[in-house]
Amino acid sequence: MSKKYVMGNGAIALGALSAGVDLVAGYPGTPSSEIIETVAKYPHDGTYVEWSVNEKAAMEVAAAAAYCGARAMVTMKQVGLNVASDPLMSLAYVGVKGGMVVVSADDPGPISSQTEQDTRRFAEFARIPVFDPSSPEEAFEMVQDAFACSEKYKTPVILRPTTRVDHAYASIDTSDTFTAKGFEGFVKDSKKWVIFPRLSYQNHAVIEKRNVEIGEEFSSCRFNTVTGSSQKAVVATGVSYAYARELLKDHPEVRFIKVGTPHPLPESFLLKALEGVTEVLCFEELSPYIEESLLKLIGRHRLNITVRGKLSGDVPHSGENDADSAKTIISRFLGLELTDSAPDLTGAPQPPARPPVLCAGCPHRASFYAVKRAMKGKKAYFCGDIGCYTLGNAMPLDMVDTCLCMGAGITMAQGFNHMDSDAVAFAFTGDSTFFASGITGVVNAVYNAADMIVCVLDNSTTAMTGHQPHPGTGRNLMSAPVDKISIEKILLAVGVKKVLTVDPLDLDAAVAAVKDCAETKGVKAIIFKSPCVAIVKSDKRCKVDAEKCVGCLRCIREIGCPALSVQDGKAVIDSNLCTGCGLCAKLCPTGAIGGQ
Amino acid sequence: MNKDIMICGVGGQGTVLASRIIAASAMNEGNAAHSAETIGMAQRGGPVTSHVRIGDEASSPLIPLGGADLLIAFEPSEAVRNLKYLKKDGFVIVNSVPVKPTSLGSSEGYDGKAEIAFIRSVCDCLVVDSDALCAPFGSSKFFNVAVLGAAAGTGRLGLSVETVRDQIVKTVPERFLEKNLAAFEAGLKIGE
Repeated sequence: MSKKYVMGNGAIALGALSAGVDLVAGYPGTPSSEIIETVAKYPHDGTYVEWSVNEKAAMEVAAAAAYCGARAMVTMKQVGLNVASDPLMSLAYVGVKGGMVVVSADDPGPISSQTEQDTRRFAEFARIPVFDPSSPEEAFEMVQDAFACSEKYKTPVILRPTTRVDHAYASIDTSDTFTAKGFEGFVKDSKKWVIFPRLSYQNHAVIEKRNVEIGEEFSSCRFNTVTGSSQKAVVATGVSYAYARELLKDHPEVRFIKVGTPHPLPESFLLKALEGVTEVLCFEELSPYIEESLLKLIGRHRLNITVRGKLSGDVPHSGENDADSAKTIISRFLGLELTDSAPDLTGAPQPPARPPVLCAGCPHRASFYAVKRAMKGKKAYFCGDIGCYTLGNAMPLDMVDTCLCMGAGITMAQGFNHMDSDAVAFAFTGDSTFFASGITGVVNAVYNAADMIVCVLDNSTTAMTGHQPHPGTGRNLMSAPVDKISIEKILLAVGVKKVLTVDPLDLDAAVAAVKDCAETKGVKAIIFKSPCVAIVKSDKRCKVDAEKCVGCLRCIREIGCPALSVQDGKAVIDSNLCTGCGLCAKLCPTGAIGGQ
Repeated sequence: MNKDIMICGVGGQGTVLASRIIAASAMNEGNAAHSAETIGMAQRGGPVTSHVRIGDEASSPLIPLGGADLLIAFEPSEAVRNLKYLKKDGFVIVNSVPVKPTSLGSSEGYDGKAEIAFIRSVCDCLVVDSDALCAPFGSSKFFNVAVLGAAAGTGRLGLSVETVRDQIVKTVPERFLEKNLAAFEAGLKIGE
C-alpha cells in the first residue's frame, strides 16, 4: 500500500483496478481521458485495456466482456455517451453478468465541451443506476461500489464525475500492484443475450420492479448523508456538495443533505431527511435533476415543502457552480451575512482577452492558410470538426464556418454541396476524428455523388485530449507496434477520386494541391501530414530582421501565430514559443523573417 | 497547516508543474493536499489557474474568492485577473514580463507596467523579472521552477526549502535537473 497523489480520473482508474477490473475501453474526451491512461500506467496483471476508435465501439467491447462475467469499465465524456447510447439503451434491457461500469464525465461550464448535458438524465432514461462523486476520494470508493451494484442487479451502472472532480488532485491509498479478478467465460443462452421485442417487454417490467429495490438499498447507502436539523435544508450533489460543505462547516445546525446516488432515487432516505423541513434549496450543476425528483416525491407524498433551485431561479441554469456561487446562493437562502474578504480592486486595469489559439508552429494553421489562399475570391464552405483544429475558427484565419459534433464536418460539407453546388464544400477532420466517425461520412458522400474536398489534418496523434494513440499511429495500449492503418488507402478504397498527401508547411505545394482538387469533380481528399508540435519538439527558431521589417504586419494579420507580436511598430518573434515552422517567413513581403 | 495557494498564468507557461511540486511537497511534510488545474482547450494560450489547497480545512478543489494566502502569477495581467482570489492580507509573487495576446488590436500598448503598479498599490508583493532571472539558463521555460525558489525563499509557502528542492529532484526529468536546480537557487536568492 502507498499514498498516490492522483487526479480524480486517476482515482477512478485506481478504484477500478482495486476492484479487479478485467477490461477497460474508452475514447479520449476531456474531462475523462486520464482514466484509461492511468489504468495503462499502473502495473496490472490480466487487465485488458484499449483506446477504442469511438465510444460506441468501447461500449460494445466492454459489454461482451461483461457477458463473459468479467468486470468491465468503459470511459468517455458526456457527448461520447450520445455516440454510445445505442448499445447502452439496449444493454440496459439485456443486462450483464460481470460488473459493468460506464464512466461518463460531465462538463459543467462547459469548459471543454459542446453541451451542458447531464448524464444523470441518461441514467434515468436508460433506467439504470448512477453514482455521482463529490471528490476524487469518493470517486475511488464509488467505482468499487458501482461494480458490486452492477453485479448484484445484473445491470450496467453509470459513474458520473464532473470536470472539477476528474481534474482535482487528492491522495489515494491503494495497493501498488493490481490483479484482474478473472471470470467464468461466456455461457451461451440466446433467450438471455439476443435482444428481441419479447425479451425487452419482459425485462422492462423486471427493471422497473428492480429499480424500486435499488432505490431502497440506496436509502442506506453511505454516499447519501444528512447533518443538522434546521427547517431550511440544503441538498447538494457532486462537487457542488464540496463547495457547500466548505461554507456550511461553520453552520453545523443547517440541515445539509448529500445525494450521491441520484437514480434510482433513494426515496426513503430523502423522506426521512426532509422530516420537519419547510423549505429546501437544491444546489446542483447542469440540469435540475434532484430538484425535479424532489418536486415529484414531495407532490406524491403531499408534503408542505417549498423547493428552490434552478426552476425557481435561485440557482443559474447554465455554467458551473463554485465556492463563490455556493456562498452567495446558500447565504441568501439561509439569510447568512456575507463578508467580503478580498482586497479592494477598484480601478484595476482590465486584463486582455485571451481566447484559446492554435499553438505556435501548429501545422493546422498552415493547412488552413493554404486552403484560404487557394480559395481566395471563390465561394466556399468550411466545415470544421471536433479537435484542436476547431480553433481554426479564430481570427485572422476564420476558416471554420461550422462545427457540430464528432464526424459532422464531412457529412455537413456534403449537405452544403447539395444545397449550393456553386460553392466549393470543404470538410476539415483530424486523423483521430477520421477514424472515430469520419469514414462513414466519406462513404456517404461518395455513394451520393457529392462534389467536395475532405481535408484530413493528420498530426499523427489525438492532440486536444492529451496525445493518445489511434489506429493510424501504429501503437495501442497493449502490445508492441501494431500495423498502421493508412488513411490514404481507406480513402482510395471507398472510391475517393483523388487523394493527395502534402506537408502543410510546404505552402506552395499545399496551395497547389487544394487548387488541383477544386478543379476535379467528385469527392476528393487532401491529407495534410505534419506532426503535432507538442510531440515532435523543434530546435528551429525564426527571427525578424528589424532592419528589413517595414512594419506591414502582414505576418500577424494573416496567420495569428501566438509567437508573433508588435514592438515599436515592427513584428517580433518570441523565441520561447517559436518552432521555426517558417510559415510567417513565407508570407513576409520583404524577406525580413529568417533563421529557420 | 492550512494554506491556499493560487498559481496563474497563460497556457504553456508551466504552471501545472509548479502546482504539482507545491502539493507534493506539502504532502511530504505530512499535510493533506488538494489541487485543481485548467486542462483541455483552454490550455491553448488561454488564462490558466491552479488551486493548491493545503490542510484539512479545505473540502472543495477550488479556492473561494478572497481565500488565497499566496498568489503566484506568471504574468502581470493574469495576476490582476485573479487578485479577487487573494485574502486582504495575502501576498503576491508576480512576473513583470507580459505575454501579449495574439490578436493585433489588443497586443499593442499592453506592457504589464500598469498592472504591476496596481498590484503594488493594493497588496504586499514580490515582483520578479523572468527574462533577467532565466537569462543564465537560456529559456524562460525554467521560470516555473525559479519562481518556486522565490516563493520558498519568502517563507510564504509554509514549506521548508529542502522539501521543495527534494520534490523538484523527484519530479523534473534528469537531463533538465541541473538547470532546474540552478533556477531554483536563483529564485531562492530573490525570495530571501
